Amino acid sequence: MTKEIMKKVLILGSGGLKIGQAGEFDYSGTQAIKALKEDGIKTVLINPNVATIQTSEDLADKVYFLPVTKEFVEKVIEKEKPDGLLLSFGGQTALNCGIELEELGILKKYNIEVLGTSVDVIKETEDRDLFVKKLKEIDAKTPISIATNNTENAKKAANKIGYPVMIRVAFALGGRGSGMCKDEEELVRRADEAFTASPQVLIEEWLGGWKEIEYEVVRDKNDNCITVCNMENFDPLGIHTGDSIVVAPSQTLSNNEYFKLRRVAIDVIRHLGIVGECNIQYALDPYSEEYRIIEVNARLSRSSALASKATGYPLAFVAAKLALGYLLTEITNEVTGVTKACFEPSLDYCIIKMPRWDLKKFKNVNKELGSEMKSVGEVMSIGRTFEEAIQKAIRMTGTGMHGLVQNILEISDVEKELKNPTENRIFAVAKAFDIGKSIEEVYDATKIDKWFLYRLKNIIECNKKLESSKLTKELLLKSKKMGFSDYQIGKATGEEMYSIRLQRKEMGIVPYIKQIDTLAGEFPSLTNYLYFTYNASEHDIKPFTKDEKSVLIFGSGAYRIGSSVEFDWCCVNASNASNELGYKTIMLNCNPETVSTDYNECDKLYFDEITFERAMDVYEFENPEGIIVSMGGQVANNLAVRLGKYNVNILGTSVKDIDRAEDRHKFSKMLDEIGVDQPEWKELISVDNIKKFSLKVGYPVLIRPSYVLSGAAMNVVWDDEGLEKFLKEAEAVNSAHPVVVTKFIEGAKEVEIDAVAQNGEIKIYAISEHVENAGVHSGDATIMLPAQRLYVETVNRVKKISREIAKNLNVTGPFNIQYLAHDNKIKVIECNLRASRSFPFCSKVFKYNMIKKATRVILGEQVEVVKKPLMDLDYVGIKSSQFSFERLKGANPVLGVEMASTGEVACFGKSLNEAFLKSILSVGFKIPKKTIYLSIGRREQKGKFLKRAIILKKLGYKLYASEGTAKFLNENSVEVEVLYWPKESKSPNVFDYLRLGKIDLVINLPHSKKDGKSTFGYDLRSAAIAFGVPLITNMQIASRLVIALVELKENPSLLSIESWEKY
Amino acid sequence: MNSSAKKSAKLVLEDGTEYCGFLVGSDVTTSGEVVFNTGMVGYTETLSDPSYSGQILVQTSPMIGNYGVPGDDKDEYGIKKHFESDMIHAKGLIMQDYSDEYSHWNAKKSLSDWLIENSIPAITGIDTRALTKKLRELGTTNGKITIKGRNEIKNINLEKESQVRKVSTKEVIEYIPKNSKNKKIILVDCGVKNNILRSFLVRGIEVKQVPWNYDFISEKYDGLFISNGPDNPKKCEVTIKNLQKALNEDKPIFGICLGSQLMALAAGADTYKMKYGHRSHNQPCINLETGRCYITSQNHGFAVDTNSLSEDWEEWFKNANDGTNEGIRHKFKPFFAVQFHPEAMPGPDDTEYLFDKFINLL
Repeated sequence: MTKEIMKKVLILGSGGLKIGQAGEFDYSGTQAIKALKEDGIKTVLINPNVATIQTSEDLADKVYFLPVTKEFVEKVIEKEKPDGLLLSFGGQTALNCGIELEELGILKKYNIEVLGTSVDVIKETEDRDLFVKKLKEIDAKTPISIATNNTENAKKAANKIGYPVMIRVAFALGGRGSGMCKDEEELVRRADEAFTASPQVLIEEWLGGWKEIEYEVVRDKNDNCITVCNMENFDPLGIHTGDSIVVAPSQTLSNNEYFKLRRVAIDVIRHLGIVGECNIQYALDPYSEEYRIIEVNARLSRSSALASKATGYPLAFVAAKLALGYLLTEITNEVTGVTKACFEPSLDYCIIKMPRWDLKKFKNVNKELGSEMKSVGEVMSIGRTFEEAIQKAIRMTGTGMHGLVQNILEISDVEKELKNPTENRIFAVAKAFDIGKSIEEVYDATKIDKWFLYRLKNIIECNKKLESSKLTKELLLKSKKMGFSDYQIGKATGEEMYSIRLQRKEMGIVPYIKQIDTLAGEFPSLTNYLYFTYNASEHDIKPFTKDEKSVLIFGSGAYRIGSSVEFDWCCVNASNASNELGYKTIMLNCNPETVSTDYNECDKLYFDEITFERAMDVYEFENPEGIIVSMGGQVANNLAVRLGKYNVNILGTSVKDIDRAEDRHKFSKMLDEIGVDQPEWKELISVDNIKKFSLKVGYPVLIRPSYVLSGAAMNVVWDDEGLEKFLKEAEAVNSAHPVVVTKFIEGAKEVEIDAVAQNGEIKIYAISEHVENAGVHSGDATIMLPAQRLYVETVNRVKKISREIAKNLNVTGPFNIQYLAHDNKIKVIECNLRASRSFPFCSKVFKYNMIKKATRVILGEQVEVVKKPLMDLDYVGIKSSQFSFERLKGANPVLGVEMASTGEVACFGKSLNEAFLKSILSVGFKIPKKTIYLSIGRREQKGKFLKRAIILKKLGYKLYASEGTAKFLNENSVEVEVLYWPKESKSPNVFDYLRLGKIDLVINLPHSKKDGKSTFGYDLRSAAIAFGVPLITNMQIASRLVIALVELKENPSLLSIESWEKY
Repeated sequence: MNSSAKKSAKLVLEDGTEYCGFLVGSDVTTSGEVVFNTGMVGYTETLSDPSYSGQILVQTSPMIGNYGVPGDDKDEYGIKKHFESDMIHAKGLIMQDYSDEYSHWNAKKSLSDWLIENSIPAITGIDTRALTKKLRELGTTNGKITIKGRNEIKNINLEKESQVRKVSTKEVIEYIPKNSKNKKIILVDCGVKNNILRSFLVRGIEVKQVPWNYDFISEKYDGLFISNGPDNPKKCEVTIKNLQKALNEDKPIFGICLGSQLMALAAGADTYKMKYGHRSHNQPCINLETGRCYITSQNHGFAVDTNSLSEDWEEWFKNANDGTNEGIRHKFKPFFAVQFHPEAMPGPDDTEYLFDKFINLL
């Protein structure tokens, strides 16, 4: 048996989070590692994603923070000599890397067995042609599809099938490059682009309007086969499943349909010979039992993570065991403890997954949803009616929506929104019903199954009743059963949220806690996996007893730009640390992509909303010692002040002090009192005053409308003209909606401190430094730890000021302060009294778990000061940001004050250059081989870049440049060739070169930060992203790269292969 | 969810526990054995399954009625295409959330209308998870449905006689499929599901469907099939006696569900009433010969006591969850039976191959 000969197994992770490949792979990888460890197998993990749980100190035996590319993986294999390799737990990245390794004969060379599904089988699922052929052998139906290898053939294929056609790109994650083409023009455009990323493009019959159904299938080596979960998309085919609202189990399928598709799924997995887990996606005709298989993913996926959380069935764990040769009948169902893993869960609740988009953060981005995924995160709600679950899900996304109704949201063109969906479609449906449109009309426009529409209409009708009639007990109960929050009910009836809560409790209307037990109550189970529902009459569980000290931890909710897996790491570590101190832990979170929502990670898991109302429900039921709000990012932290008002015990830094840090005026006053400098700012309500202030402090200024919930619409304004334009675009500025204007300091360094304090005394700290100058959001910046280029005096000042702030705010727990450093002058720009994005990074660079320390402090343990901290390292960690611009058509891929990255990685090196190169390689950068294209905007930048250009020349690169840059460089004796902007109609043009792969790197330093659409810079950057050519848009990064390339040339073995522990 | 317009109704269990909700379906009171089913689809198939005769069915799946109810069209043999029999056999239905509106291309009416046609009451708005846990704790229990403004049924008097009497065919029906393989089976109908008939017919087997108490032993046939059905197998004394005669011969015999229990009793083994039975689509059953595990559809409250099997018989399938018997077979003769439903409908069809196995022996 495999498990007996496997001594050491290599696991490939998925790297930085990006659209289409996010936190779900931390969850699957973590489960896989646990499953292998249970069998005494040594685990080696390659994953540069520093914020993940799987790269924590107590999981894999060895962690390599290195790019998941064939070059690096081969070197690790050479060094570690593993017996086996797991490819299916790191998303498409790991799978593609595995295929390459196999094709290059590397696996054979080192005699490594791929565990579970073989590479040949994986290839059959990935190569569309092979896939279709294979399925034909068993008469399983696939869409009519023609594989093509160039645009000309694609055109022919489309004509044969007839427009509209679907274009699909092979070997792509999250359906990148795929989409519907109405006509030949669109086809040619898409095909041209697709062929740059993939050798194969498929032209397929268009199945728009069909239902989209998925099954998660598991098979062991003895051919035992089960389907763990089926899921139905609320949005019909046409919207990527990652961007669809998904319901589990299916609600509109009859027995025949459900089990027919199940039968096909099992036939397919058997025929392909998959061992482990796979996902099969179907299109189902809404008017017959006709189906088409859209795709099979022979690996753990976003859907499998969702299915695990939806059912309680640990798919990744089981898949890892099956890969080792276990049988389904040999694995225990951990939820019940008595039954086996060979069964199909039965759900007695309704699951809804809702995507979270952040498109507002990107100007000019195409907001319409289609076959390319655009969402950055997701939430999962659990209810016992569709109405309850959907309203919960909408709230969970954290976009400021209170449910289906009672939101502030303008939908100007309902018709258009229904037909060309954006993230607001569900609200457009609500509005359509509200203005009297019929089910038929909405169905015709959306093709959303009428059953869903009926259910949504129920909510609208209930809302109308709330608005128009007296709030009786019956109506209140009914609206709670339909998922209305106290806030929604209050808003509809003109009462305060808390008053609704009190009335409700008086009437005995309270939510009940139910378990997720995989068997719909058929067997007794001790599961701690819980949710709240009003569609019930009793609790499944009892609260912790008085002898059981417990603590409630808030998770981070939906992953979004600015808050993702790093807070999951914090929550899991806080939970572990609390357990170590003898506390029972209660987790409240609603994100299915996380490890913190693994029911093994805490004593009780409430998979539910992180809202005031729900938090109070948990608090009142469990009566914990208190709540830890500082681990789940801003979502969790935001609740502190409100909960504090109702005598909820917030652990750690006091609510009063959290408020003093969060409230801009109070914080500013405090800084003034202790004599700490900050950039000049003012909260203003009139355009004149904004102008006056801007003139006084001098442009540029940063303008932040304070009422914007998602943090969007923050902007740097460079002159009067820009200011007027901004104010015109921004919504009304008035006394209710003031804006905060801050002096924007250019050319300063940005320094951060992450620290843990107890009663105002700092116990441990980490000071890091950004590579980019201030102006790039700290979440997008490249960060060096320890700081590499700061004056000792600067560091000392940062320490001193941080100590004073911590003392003044009497901080107990984690906190983060961001500073600007200019000529040794220090200004505070931000202070958060909670764990920050960089805590996992700092903890892992220092090999000191700062969150565990913070948790001990929060729980009142006396801890000692970590002396002379860990600054004195003989290595450096560099954190780089992972962007997803290739998914965000139209977005301007340039860094600014608004965060744009979706993930991060960090790598280690003996030198700054080593760590820097590994780090950028981990986020998809490729070291240029021969050619670089330069387009340097401003004159002084050109001057600054000149000596770098000379070095690049010396390194042997052929340089191309835009007209202006070429002129400047040629004048300064650096020989470069001009490539024009296609709009100039001169040849040669740079797009042709990009398309043909003749350029290895684009360095574009934008003319000014004002660069909008329809400039050359914008077009150039968009083209580089579209054609997959590495792009650098920042002077400091460009300079650092040039220096690093020099060192690499001098020392070709610079990029050493060392595991984390060796540093 | 538009519960406000509905009449209040209650499910009252034998021990006095009450569950309040709203009436759906027919405005009549009823009583019966209360059982829960954890299947997530298939209410039309389940409600028309004769094995539920005499029972009030609780669905753990929270939203029921979503895809409506199909029409009554029949196939070439006169068998209803979309149902497992000609009527609803369950006495009542308990749901957490009835879908007032349905949506499906094949639906012709709502679940409520179908219930009304069959004079069957249902209740929505009940915490079916709480009820299921109660049933699990009490074991299967009796209960009644009461409706506000209607006289209550005073006592829950369940019939002494077997429900099989009610659901079995009253007359002999012969089916000759077009593609007949010239093999004929006697199908002893103790409440047979239509899909068992379909499973034979589609395989070209001639079927003579006979009443539960029909003496078939002197007839000419190639194989014998004992169907599923409701109630305690021990009440079917006549069937057991007839079956004993068949066991003395060598013609292949196949039993499903109640058929398996009857075969065990005829072979001298014992059956017992389970605490709360198996009613679901996700029961894992292990074939003890091959070690393979199959996901099966089930609906039974009684089981064969494996320990009581005589030497000539052996356990064939076993439930992977609770170890109860899921199939028996004769060690030497072509006799076998399974507790689960290879014909599915509703549920997974992983064990459909058992029909072929039987047919190959004819």
